Amino acid sequence: MTNSSSTEWPLWEVFIRGQHGLAHRHVGSLHAPDAEMAVNNARDVYTRRNEGVSIWVVKALDIVASAPGEKGPLFEPANSKVYRHPTFFDIPDEIGHM
Amino acid sequence: MTTSSSQSLRFEFALRMGDNALILAQRLGAWCGHAPILEEDIAMANVALDLLGQTKLWLAYAAELEGEGRTADDLAFLREGRAFRNALLVEQANGDYADTLMRQFLFDAWHLPMLEALQGSSDPRVAEIAQKSVKEAAYHLDRSTDLVIRLGDGSEESRAKMQRALDDLWAFAGELTTPDATDKALAEAGIAPDLADIARRWSAHAEQTLADATLTPPKDAAVRKGGKAGLHSEGFGFLLAEMQHLQRAHPGAAW
Repeated sequence: MTNSSSTEWPLWEVFIRGQHGLAHRHVGSLHAPDAEMAVNNARDVYTRRNEGVSIWVVKALDIVASAPGEKGPLFEPANSKVYRHPTFFDIPDEIGHM
Repeated sequence: MTTSSSQSLRFEFALRMGDNALILAQRLGAWCGHAPILEEDIAMANVALDLLGQTKLWLAYAAELEGEGRTADDLAFLREGRAFRNALLVEQANGDYADTLMRQFLFDAWHLPMLEALQGSSDPRVAEIAQKSVKEAAYHLDRSTDLVIRLGDGSEESRAKMQRALDDLWAFAGELTTPDATDKALAEAGIAPDLADIARRWSAHAEQTLADATLTPPKDAAVRKGGKAGLHSEGFGFLLAEMQHLQRAHPGAAW
């Protein structure tokens, strides 16, 4: 194949829902010229072993991601706030295992 | 109809259906690792594997009907060329990707209405195999129709390639929908549909798709046929040599 970057198809991210009731999960990416073919290609590439009941595709360019460099300010403040986990309640014995 | 002639009629039909699927699967399998892009490579291999799965069902039934202790594998790997009953279309060389896609489209446009009709076959085994295969065929036709339109109504280069592929392959499509004596007997027995009905559905879908694809079928092309009667084209021997050499060199080899 002799694709230059200007003629190469855009990259799509693929999300598959494995079962009814579960959320769509990111499974990988692929190239396709448009959304319809991206769904077809996703069906052929990612659901060959009966993995899915629903497919979402989204152009990789349309995904806005957090910057790795901002990891500190974004996520570290949560490290020290254990009280945000619901671990400070006494569960009555009658409730049993939660 | 006597039982034995009914058996041999069914056997013949199971071979035709199975051999179409087998030989096309063999051709498509040759693209594995060579298709223009990764996604197409996997998609094409999927189609080949669907067809191979269908082959197993048809040839296993054929072997049962024959009742001589042969298996589906024996029929696939140990038959001589003249004993194969696939239409000439499916054995045509892969050519470039336009040829492969056009061959697939012309076949799928026959395969889907055929399997849909076979779901109502008077032979319960035939109906059962058709029911198992029909969703796969529906996807194959969606895919090949979509690609024929995209590439036909695409760039100047892709359109020229698709038109050339259509010009080369069009004459082979008619064999699938042109009845011979066997097809007529099958329709009378209710085992298979009247091919005139399938031809109408085939034409309607093909004409619409080719119009959408801005492609023009050749006018007044003769129908090239012979495969259903075991008369195959020159390249068929090479195809069989590749497909069968392992079982012939190492009889009974398994993995």
